Amino acid sequence: MPKREEIKKVLVIGSGPIVIGQAAEFDYAGAQACLSLREEGVETVLINSNPATIMTDSDIADRIYIEPMTVEVIDQILEREKPQGVLPTLGGQTGLNLGMKLAKEGILAKHGCELLGTPMDTIYKAEDRQAFKNLMQEIGEPIPASVIATNLDEANVLKMEIGLPLIIRPAYTLGGTGGGIATSDAEFAEIVHRGLESSPIHQILVEQYIGGMKEIEFEVMRDSGDNCITICSMENFDPVGIHTGDSVVVAPCQTLTDREYQMMRSASINIIRALGVEGGCNVQFALDTLSFQYYVIEVNPRVSRSSALASKATGYPIARIAAKIAIGMQLDEIPNAITKKTVAAFEPAIDYCVLKIPRFPFDKFPEGDRSLGSQMKATGEVMSIDRTFEGAVKKALRSMDTKPNLDEWLKHDKYWAKATDVRLSLIIAALRRGITVETINADTQIDLWFLRKLRNLVTMEEQLAKLAALKDEEKNLQLEALLKRAKQFGFADHEIVALTDVTDTQLKQLLGTMHCAPTFKMVDTCAGEFEAVTPYFYSTWEDENEAVPSGKQDKAIVIGSGPIRIGQGIEFDYCSVHASLALREMGIESIMINNNPETVSTDFDVSDRLYFEPLELEDVVNVYNNESVGLDDGKKPKFIVQFGGQTSLTVASQLAKAGVIPHAGQVDSIELASNRGRFEKLLMALNIPFPRGHAAKTAAEALIVAEEIGFPVLVRPSFVLGGRAMEIVYSLDHMRELIDYVFSVVPDAPVLVDKYIDGKEAEVDLLFDGSDVLIPGIMEHIERAGIHSGDSMAVYPTQGLTLEQIDKMVDYSMRLAKAVGNIGLTNIQFVLQGGDVFVIEANPRGSRTVPFLSKVTGIPMVKLATQLLYGAKLKDLGYFPGLYPSSGVVAVKAPVFSFAKLTNVRTKLGPEMKSTGEVMGIDRTYPNALRKAFIASGIQIPLEGKVFVTVANRDKEEALSIVRGFAELGYAIVATEGTAHFLSEHEIKAAVVGKISDDPKNSILKQIKNKHIQLVINTPEASKDAESDGPQIRTAAIQYGVPCLTSLDTARALLFSLRARRQGKDLKVRTMAEYLES
Amino acid sequence: MKSEKAVLVLKDGTRFEGRAIGKRGISVGEVVFNTSMTGYQEILTDPSYAGQIITFTYPLIGNYDTNYEDLESRGVFCRGAIVKELEDEGNSWRGKHNLEDFLMRNNVIGIAGIDTRKLTRHIRNFGVLNGAIVSGQELTDIVVADVKARIDAFTDREMIREVSCKAVYHYDAPTEPWVTFEHWTRDKARRDAGGDGELKGFFMPKARGKGDDPAVIAKESATAASLQHEMRAERGSTIATSSHRNGIPCNDSVDKAQNHRKIFHLVAMDFGIKTNILRMLYNEGFDITVVPQDTSFETIVALQPDGIFLSNGPGDPKSIPDAIKVIGELIHYFPTMGICLGHQLLALATGGDTYKLKFGHRGGNHPVKDLKTGRVYITSQNHGYAVNQDSLVGTGLRVTLVNLNDQTVEGMDHENLPVFSVQYHPEASPGPQDNHYLFGKFRKLIEKPRMG
Repeated sequence: MPKREEIKKVLVIGSGPIVIGQAAEFDYAGAQACLSLREEGVETVLINSNPATIMTDSDIADRIYIEPMTVEVIDQILEREKPQGVLPTLGGQTGLNLGMKLAKEGILAKHGCELLGTPMDTIYKAEDRQAFKNLMQEIGEPIPASVIATNLDEANVLKMEIGLPLIIRPAYTLGGTGGGIATSDAEFAEIVHRGLESSPIHQILVEQYIGGMKEIEFEVMRDSGDNCITICSMENFDPVGIHTGDSVVVAPCQTLTDREYQMMRSASINIIRALGVEGGCNVQFALDTLSFQYYVIEVNPRVSRSSALASKATGYPIARIAAKIAIGMQLDEIPNAITKKTVAAFEPAIDYCVLKIPRFPFDKFPEGDRSLGSQMKATGEVMSIDRTFEGAVKKALRSMDTKPNLDEWLKHDKYWAKATDVRLSLIIAALRRGITVETINADTQIDLWFLRKLRNLVTMEEQLAKLAALKDEEKNLQLEALLKRAKQFGFADHEIVALTDVTDTQLKQLLGTMHCAPTFKMVDTCAGEFEAVTPYFYSTWEDENEAVPSGKQDKAIVIGSGPIRIGQGIEFDYCSVHASLALREMGIESIMINNNPETVSTDFDVSDRLYFEPLELEDVVNVYNNESVGLDDGKKPKFIVQFGGQTSLTVASQLAKAGVIPHAGQVDSIELASNRGRFEKLLMALNIPFPRGHAAKTAAEALIVAEEIGFPVLVRPSFVLGGRAMEIVYSLDHMRELIDYVFSVVPDAPVLVDKYIDGKEAEVDLLFDGSDVLIPGIMEHIERAGIHSGDSMAVYPTQGLTLEQIDKMVDYSMRLAKAVGNIGLTNIQFVLQGGDVFVIEANPRGSRTVPFLSKVTGIPMVKLATQLLYGAKLKDLGYFPGLYPSSGVVAVKAPVFSFAKLTNVRTKLGPEMKSTGEVMGIDRTYPNALRKAFIASGIQIPLEGKVFVTVANRDKEEALSIVRGFAELGYAIVATEGTAHFLSEHEIKAAVVGKISDDPKNSILKQIKNKHIQLVINTPEASKDAESDGPQIRTAAIQYGVPCLTSLDTARALLFSLRARRQGKDLKVRTMAEYLES
Repeated sequence: MKSEKAVLVLKDGTRFEGRAIGKRGISVGEVVFNTSMTGYQEILTDPSYAGQIITFTYPLIGNYDTNYEDLESRGVFCRGAIVKELEDEGNSWRGKHNLEDFLMRNNVIGIAGIDTRKLTRHIRNFGVLNGAIVSGQELTDIVVADVKARIDAFTDREMIREVSCKAVYHYDAPTEPWVTFEHWTRDKARRDAGGDGELKGFFMPKARGKGDDPAVIAKESATAASLQHEMRAERGSTIATSSHRNGIPCNDSVDKAQNHRKIFHLVAMDFGIKTNILRMLYNEGFDITVVPQDTSFETIVALQPDGIFLSNGPGDPKSIPDAIKVIGELIHYFPTMGICLGHQLLALATGGDTYKLKFGHRGGNHPVKDLKTGRVYITSQNHGYAVNQDSLVGTGLRVTLVNLNDQTVEGMDHENLPVFSVQYHPEASPGPQDNHYLFGKFRKLIEKPRMG
């Protein structure tokens, strides 16, 4: 069937803020879908509350709503837009849930609107446990046997039927607490008992245990003509039991015979047919390692993280095709974007091996529970492509941009056995120590094939290391014999240098005489069978290089930002994408290097040439050398390094050190801004105030410095990202408690001790063209200094700053920008105290706030920056120097956290960034924008209820007015003894709750759990010892979904927005274009 | 890792230097590539590759070793194997010999460690071409001259005769004719001893879920055999058939040899038939007699078939004109189905023509569209020749299916006769199982009452 002509307008639902389990892959999917629909002449309306996305850019969809993602908001949008269809399957679980609600509540019917892609009934069948079970039984697809039990007798039924082992999962407990795997009768009775106890509804799920089996995934597509194809198979390195998002994943499957492969391929098609999905679907299987027995473990009737991975792994753009299918097109009517000659109705054949490794947030949460299971914990991932599995492993590990410290882990017995974020590295470590693959296989059930491949890497290491002791000539000779294989196994030059003790120059010489150089191969969906036109490349060490330069003389290499992690999120991908698009617009060939499969930047449509590579110096230089071939004398590809976050700045410094790019200019600016001594000198010379501070080399010295400066002080290790291990220290005792830990974070690096200024924070992103400075906007933080800017709420334009403060910031920014001399984007952070304005840091690169500011000011900041890098002048581009006039809207950025996904992590906000995503609330007034931001970030407070308050002693005075405000709005106040006492002294009535240990039966935890509390305001004591119940209370709030604010500033802002709500105005939605027009 | 050198020499002089795998020596053939990502064992044992040197485009080959079940014929007929990375030590619960061992035992000369993507692109750009793998010896001038002469002299016209069975046999499913009890027990003894005895050729598939007791297996084989006899005796009447297949999971996940189905007698002309075709036909309720490619019309008629099956096979379909003549007669009397070479022969038998494709279709991902229903099927393919669509005018044959990649003819039926054919491999093995339905379609074609 061709395109359904009656569908003229479609609402695409995005996935909202980035949280663990729902990240940039949906920006990629959504952006592709919007473009794909527009290509078919369908007017596209989009809703997404996340401003840091490409999909919310004006050139992606026709009408863009950055509004809270609630049923009420979508109802309004449907009323305004009257689309014929709603497409919910590209917005992750958020989109799917919203689609379900819209259908269930009759809102779609009310607007005469159809759910596209996947029928309501299908979503229900895939999402509802029992309905899914029934369907699978109907079509003869096996699922693990299970029974829901409320007592031991009921649980025994399954045990009698299928025997042990069985897995017991208590209902409604976070992270499956209280459950377990029973292998003996006694164990079974014990775990059933424990599980029932820990479940709040005294219910458990008893299920056949399939842990340890192979975990296999298929990405399937189906169109309205019932044509079905599978795009990619994937095999999890980690056996069943670990969330696929947390597993190391390989594509295509490596250890399956064709019979096994086809058995599951046929099953996936059987399932997508039975479900009636029109679009993409992900099916996950468990496969026994000793028979053909398989089980269906999960079906996602939508585009998913795995489909983003499959798209990047094969070159087949799943979301793009799924969107076309949703409006009625069939696979054979859609052209294949890679070959342009064939159609989308085919199955990609790949001739390389793809590996994905997840990236975890435990550098931010060292205290967190690092064991892996069914709850996903990773924030991002890297992907590598190579012609050997070994090479893919090495490249992926080198792409991680972090090296885990294994020392503590290695002290444990069988350290390789437990599934944690560092298991892959621990297994390699175990192999190095001679632990056999058989032992590791027995302890982990990881397939021997994978383990042997890892052993190959260790063997190569050993062979290389043996050369270290040899004399030069002999060493060269033996190295020559090993070198090509080592390079094929993904060993970087620096690794070979370290292992063999040759110099880098010697190694390069040897590679030269051997004519051993990297070649680049194309990702073409067809294993070379057809000529492909898509320049999407990966490196490997073979004979033929397919990445022949285009012949264009003007080209630029954009260094991407690598895996998504806390502190370096999707915002930087946004910047990289825009840099690439700007280059293309300027007629310069854009060349992207990145290794993140989730993002838009690694969509081959975004750049002229895409290299999927680690972002280490060697890999970047290899691309550079390849692209330099055929350029006129004196011409070289230009590096664009200011958009990929800290990752690209690091690459820039390395490139300068290696002499590839000059040290002057950009690289010097980077150094100037990050070298504390130089930067302070500069500020002093410019007469710009900054907080006093020193670098201390030892703990003793740090204590002296702190006393000298005077408490409170801000303490942090040098050379870290995103405020890692940064703390505000209020006293000498507190300092003593902490200082050793801070020193341990980066061994042998000094610790910085700065005066902590208790004031407001604000930040500026500016553009500098060599002579003039443009400041698109200033963002005022809602929380005071001390909370990382990424975790603060912030508002544009400033609401509570004086003209004097603004003038000072503008003045300092302009002078500092000129002095630092960085062409393009620079971010400067300020702290304001009274009339004083202090500069706390300057970053000569695109920052986290660039997408937000670009959207609310209407200034295409990255595009301008890119033009400036090529010598354009702001004045010629139509921009006057100085602070750009405010656009007339008010926009509030609110952070979003993923605490509910992580256990045992400290949730109180501080100088270290903890949020994973952000939302924007935009409106014409501040209170409304604030309200929208709160709603969008999930903080929705009912009109009445109880507010639980427990604040640190130093905050009590300040808390009074806020608590009084909540009381005046009619909320009942509940408080801990100390706080309640203080409140009653000031005539605020508060019900008292005791310490948790005093009254476990009716403790505050129970009240939170039973939803008797609607809001928790808890400001923690500074020192850990002084905090007794705080952590438990915050954990309970997160577990049961009760908003928990740990800063009085946030509470004050919330109060402000609630007061505005009382005045009874409904929130109105508008498109971004409408806001900016006004 | 063995590091003995091997060289692939192409007719146009291009050389690829790699590592010798399998048997050492010189092997000449047509160099082709297959893009399947699984199923190397089925591909290596597919008789349609006779005379060809197979390049596996997937770079990691041998990951799951080889077993005694995923065999598509009684031997290996290809002339060589080209892989990027040969896995020394695969892992699979059914694995018996690593691929190196398998190649050695089946006298396959191979080469590993070459840039197979470069080779594939070379073939794609210049078309399939003859070549030779030279391993275990230096490329002296004499060897080079010898290899060149042999490459120039190579032809694919003898291949069908080479792979076709030499005598008529009855397909006693599920015990393939070359698998004997003796083989099985030898293998069992070897496994029991834990040693690696000197064994050649293939062995009986291991019975799953029945224990490893030879007595049980023997008894079952006997039962199966007697059932077959009964079937033949009562052909035409409705009888109960055995649904067990020795516990071997057939590629068809649902056993279609259900009870109370009429058994039809099929004569399969063997041009290099794949075992899974026989299994699939058997499962559809066919009693199958397999005949050599040079069997006469009269001999086939004397077998009193209910239908004729034209198998897949290697090389140029025009190389067996006698068989083409026989087929031209058969289709007027019997419902006929053809697969791959059988499909090409059908076209030739009705007066149509075939031609050689530039680099053929070999893989498991080719989209084929049914012109009547508009449905698209993903197919397993392996052919170097194709039917010329224009040549079908006046033959009575109609194109029913086309390849979406290059619009070549993928299926035909006949205006008046109960005859149809497909260019691709509905039996898969390896490849997608989406087209198994075609065997059922053939059965229905035979069930349908016909005029005359």
